[in-house]
Amino acid sequence: MKFCAMKFKVALACLAAVALTPLPAAAELKTIHSEKSLYRNIFVTEDGDLRCLTFRRATAGTRQTCFEKSDPQNLYFPYARMMMGALYLNPNPQRILIVGLGGGTLPMGLRGFLPDAAIDVVEIDPAVVKAALDYFPFKEDANLKVHTDDGRVFVKKAIKAGTKYDLVMLDAFEDDYIPEHLLTREFLQEVKSIMTPGAVIAANTFSSSGLYPYESATYADTFGKFYNLKAANRVIWAQNGELAPQSTLDANAKMLEPAFEKRGIKSGMLFLMLNGSKDWPDDTRVLTDQYAPSNLLNSRGKSNR
Amino acid sequence: MRTFAVLGISCWSGFLLMALELMSGRILAPTFGSSIYVWGAVITVFMLALSIGYLIGGRMSMSEPRIAVLCGLHLLSGLLVLPILFFELPVLDGIFEYTQDPRLGSLLSSVILFFLPAAVCGTVAPYAVRLLVKDSQAAGFYAGLQYFFSTAFSAAGTLLTSFYFVLILEVDQILMLLIGVTVFMALSAFLISRKSTP
Repeated sequence: MKFCAMKFKVALACLAAVALTPLPAAAELKTIHSEKSLYRNIFVTEDGDLRCLTFRRATAGTRQTCFEKSDPQNLYFPYARMMMGALYLNPNPQRILIVGLGGGTLPMGLRGFLPDAAIDVVEIDPAVVKAALDYFPFKEDANLKVHTDDGRVFVKKAIKAGTKYDLVMLDAFEDDYIPEHLLTREFLQEVKSIMTPGAVIAANTFSSSGLYPYESATYADTFGKFYNLKAANRVIWAQNGELAPQSTLDANAKMLEPAFEKRGIKSGMLFLMLNGSKDWPDDTRVLTDQYAPSNLLNSRGKSNR
Repeated sequence: MRTFAVLGISCWSGFLLMALELMSGRILAPTFGSSIYVWGAVITVFMLALSIGYLIGGRMSMSEPRIAVLCGLHLLSGLLVLPILFFELPVLDGIFEYTQDPRLGSLLSSVILFFLPAAVCGTVAPYAVRLLVKDSQAAGFYAGLQYFFSTAFSAAGTLLTSFYFVLILEVDQILMLLIGVTVFMALSAFLISRKSTP
């Protein structure tokens, strides 16, 4: 094993050493860091004030996350604001799990509102962790830790250790790749089992593809009723137990408004996207560990996106 | 007719091997994730199993090669997939209890679940070559023919499984389908060869 690990490290080092020729990009788009990691090509690009993390190609189309250097607190992408809106369901989570780091927008955003919360972030790709630390306003602290691990494995370990969370954020999907074992009934049930009563789950996914009904049916199967926010992305807010009514959301939104506004989150905008009703067929198949062709389903109806 | 039967088994054996390898990644993912380590472990174990299978199959072909034995080996490779259906979850849970390291965990799980069927798939190839070769002059030709059919069907097994089977069938159903066709191929090859050599 030791020998294997050593060989692997050498291979890793070789991989990391492969310099990437920057791809032709828009004239004003500057690539300031590029790396071929074990899982993907990683680019950090800069366009004036805007710095972005991009996977696969250094173009604006595949941006994972961005921040404005002059205003790093502002949540640039709507999906990040939609994810933060999960605090309307429970404004004061003490233990938080985030699956998928990206540029660290979500953990840093949450840290801004919740200085004392314990935050665990799971990221499979060590090169993404490095990029977030080196090029984005992301940093660990005594209560904010990044774990380099597969999300599913981390959750299984948490079950074994008996760790529970008040808020779980799932943000592990890329533009067109879904880790299929992170979108099954069994996984969501595992996640639910590490959630405290009333804990909230927020998931960042796709708004329009052949996967939509399957994903909806799978979340409904584990969590029952959930809130659905649809824009370019889709964000699901669900709860372990009874879903908070709109009146609770309104009250919490009012309380959070001053802090949220500084970061560009407006409850009015979020509530416009909000939909609690079921918009998928009754007989939609639930995704399971046995049946999870998520990527094939997601590539269907892509032209509508 | 005999050649036809031997090549038929070669084809399906190649298909079975790669379809099983693809499914093994799926089977391990819920427990050990789908990191590069898990795929690395799966491929390592399959390659190791095949290499040992080749050695054993080659050795077996030295004494009185018979098509009935080839059919038996093929049947066995299919039947060895059966335990995966029953023991996959307890094995994976047990190993996760023992180690949460995705490298060691997926290596151990792959050895326990997939080594035997993959190794027996490996025995088929050299044994089939021995049955095909009639004179040593043409040995290379027949070896090439066997490789061609088994590897072309490996490609088909990979493509059909990853693009189509997973869309309509569950993992266990795909395994059952693989077992069923393997049993059918082994038995029909046996019957065909019996008929042609009374």
